[in-house]
Amino acid sequence: MADKNMPMREALRMALREEMIRDERVFVMGEEVGAWQGTHRVTRGFLDEFGEKRVRDTPISEMAIAGAAVGAAMAGLRPVAEIMTINFAFLSLDAIINHAAKIHYMFNGQFRVPMVIRAASGWGDQATATHSHTPEPIFAHFPGLYVGCPSTPRDAKGMLKAAIRDDNPVLFTESIAMYSKPGLVPEEDDFVLPIGKADIKREGRHVTLVAYARGVEWSLQAAEQLAKEGIECEVVDMRWLRPLDMPTVFESFKKTNRCVVVEESLPYYSFGSEVAAQLQEHMFDYMDAPVKRVSAMDVPLPYAREIELMALPNAQKVVDAVKEVI
Amino acid sequence: MATKIFARPSARLKAEHLLEMFWLMLLSRRVDERAWALHRQGKIAFHISGMGHEGAQVGAAFAINRGVDYVHPYYRDLALVLALGITPTDFMMSLFGKKDEYSSKARQMPSHFGSKKLNIVSGSSPVATQVPQAAGLAFAIKYKQQAGLVNPDDSTQPRLALTCLGEGSTSQGEWHEGMNWAGVHQLPFICLVENNLYAISVPQEGQMAVSNVADRAAAYGVKGIWVDGNDVLAVYDAVYEAAQRAYRGEGPTLVEAKTYRVVPHSSDDDDRSYRSREEVEEWKKKDPILRFEKYLMDEGILTPERLDEYETRARAEVDRAQHAAEAAPYPAETDALDEVYAD
Ligand SMILES: Cc1ncc(C[n+]2csc(CCOP(=O)(O)OP(=O)(O)O)c2C)c(N)n1
Ligand SMILES: [Mg+2]
Repeated sequence: MADKNMPMREALRMALREEMIRDERVFVMGEEVGAWQGTHRVTRGFLDEFGEKRVRDTPISEMAIAGAAVGAAMAGLRPVAEIMTINFAFLSLDAIINHAAKIHYMFNGQFRVPMVIRAASGWGDQATATHSHTPEPIFAHFPGLYVGCPSTPRDAKGMLKAAIRDDNPVLFTESIAMYSKPGLVPEEDDFVLPIGKADIKREGRHVTLVAYARGVEWSLQAAEQLAKEGIECEVVDMRWLRPLDMPTVFESFKKTNRCVVVEESLPYYSFGSEVAAQLQEHMFDYMDAPVKRVSAMDVPLPYAREIELMALPNAQKVVDAVKEVI
Repeated sequence: MATKIFARPSARLKAEHLLEMFWLMLLSRRVDERAWALHRQGKIAFHISGMGHEGAQVGAAFAINRGVDYVHPYYRDLALVLALGITPTDFMMSLFGKKDEYSSKARQMPSHFGSKKLNIVSGSSPVATQVPQAAGLAFAIKYKQQAGLVNPDDSTQPRLALTCLGEGSTSQGEWHEGMNWAGVHQLPFICLVENNLYAISVPQEGQMAVSNVADRAAAYGVKGIWVDGNDVLAVYDAVYEAAQRAYRGEGPTLVEAKTYRVVPHSSDDDDRSYRSREEVEEWKKKDPILRFEKYLMDEGILTPERLDEYETRARAEVDRAQHAAEAAPYPAETDALDEVYAD
């Protein structure tokens, strides 16, 4: 089968649909996943195709959505719970962090929690401070949980399928800005990408750009622009914040000796902090320049369009950071 | 058990008050309609509307000490906050995200109403989070009164906290915890549930297994009442009783106003996927503004001439508000950095 061009939301839909066909235990639940076809249309047509038993509109109860997913998973189902946006997952934190992430360990493996929580993430839509979070690193902080954040439709399909098939709880975020971005996606229903494997999205020898989700897009744009000036960037798409594939970053860094980390989220205690810390710990001898971080500005996000855009990272900020380390 | 109320404090409202209530409902509708138009024209990013809820909101506003008692509203409460003292220009400034926007200097999303001056507390986007906070506001009122920090009869001070939300949002844990808190501490607290039958596409049965949100109040030791939310005076009566109870130190009340949103959930929604046009048309016939208009005309309080005058005035106010907001400057980039912490 040839690859097919489709937006990320369709690739996610394809992955979810294939897994529901493949395994009767997989079901979706969340706010507005049924008649409304999903807030981001990822479950479009599911209610008609799979019926109410497997496509559950839930009350506006994020704690119960996550908690019930934990329970259903322990009882042998494979829930894929949708939280409309990751902002509302703050209301489910206890179920995700204290339960989903801990049960296997605390019960010495007697119970497994094969569940996925999908949530749209990101800012840039004038949705403001309480509605615009990109908090993946918060979740990745806790052992016991996997955290996946695809940057392309192809990865979205392969990663979501892996998440659903895995016996561990996975928090899976989907960048709001990327739902409509198209890309080639394998149509095979056995296309599964391994959990915790990063991907080199562009090769280069002068500087390593380490990113995930939308950060990959800004990194690739910056790399394109910098190539015209003779600076060759290698773009490492981490894909997963847990497990974090640092060996791939180290390999690239040994070649470039320079690194800029690009993330959509806030700078303190962040993805960038983690990557930079691990680089200095393990790659000190290869380091030719301090590791730079490009993140959102360290403020709650305001509504006004201009200042929102100013607070966000973009390709130009990546270009500027690269020039500082070269 | 939820009960309907029979006492009619609204019978004591003077004609000028009734007309002011009507004017605010009408003004809110016209401001709201303009916001939809601005969204269609691509001038604003988003709009979430209160159309259909004006009766419930203005009825509730007039029953409390407006602009003094604490109000922790939700995104549909345009008519409520206009009745508390927010102006159409304030609202337009927030829609356009202009520098001198009243609530937050264009940091907060529109329809997240907030004004320290009017004791309106700005909510966050996750639903129902205002409920425990409103319980906290009420807790502070009772605390200060008991500690002798304020005189319980001083009507220049907030003497109750009113919070509002939709029926769907009562599925949220924070609602239950906030209600329980208000009940346990018997606080001067009113929860106004604006039950419009849907939470985006999900009908009430998808949110709860009871037919009245008000029935749940008993479980928290809170008095529960439901009323026809499209009858502004019925809502006034219910909230008035609740407010008097709160002022007398007799504890919290939940008032469920049964109403309908006659427009899509927000500018991002197409409601044709989950409800029939016939249903919407049926409810439009029960419009709270039309209903109040008819009542006031029948009572000889409103005349066709005065109605025309109101319409003209509303259009002029909305035009003025829009122009003022369009002409106002945007915030400077550096404005984003202020106010993260108190100095
Ligand atoms: C915690 C949380 N979950 C989900 C949402 C998304 N959301 C916004 S409004 C809404 C529906 C609320 O319905 P209801 O409470 O009945 O109020 P209505 O909009 O009908 O007035 C939902 C699900 C949210 N804002 N917050
Ligand atoms: Mg509702």
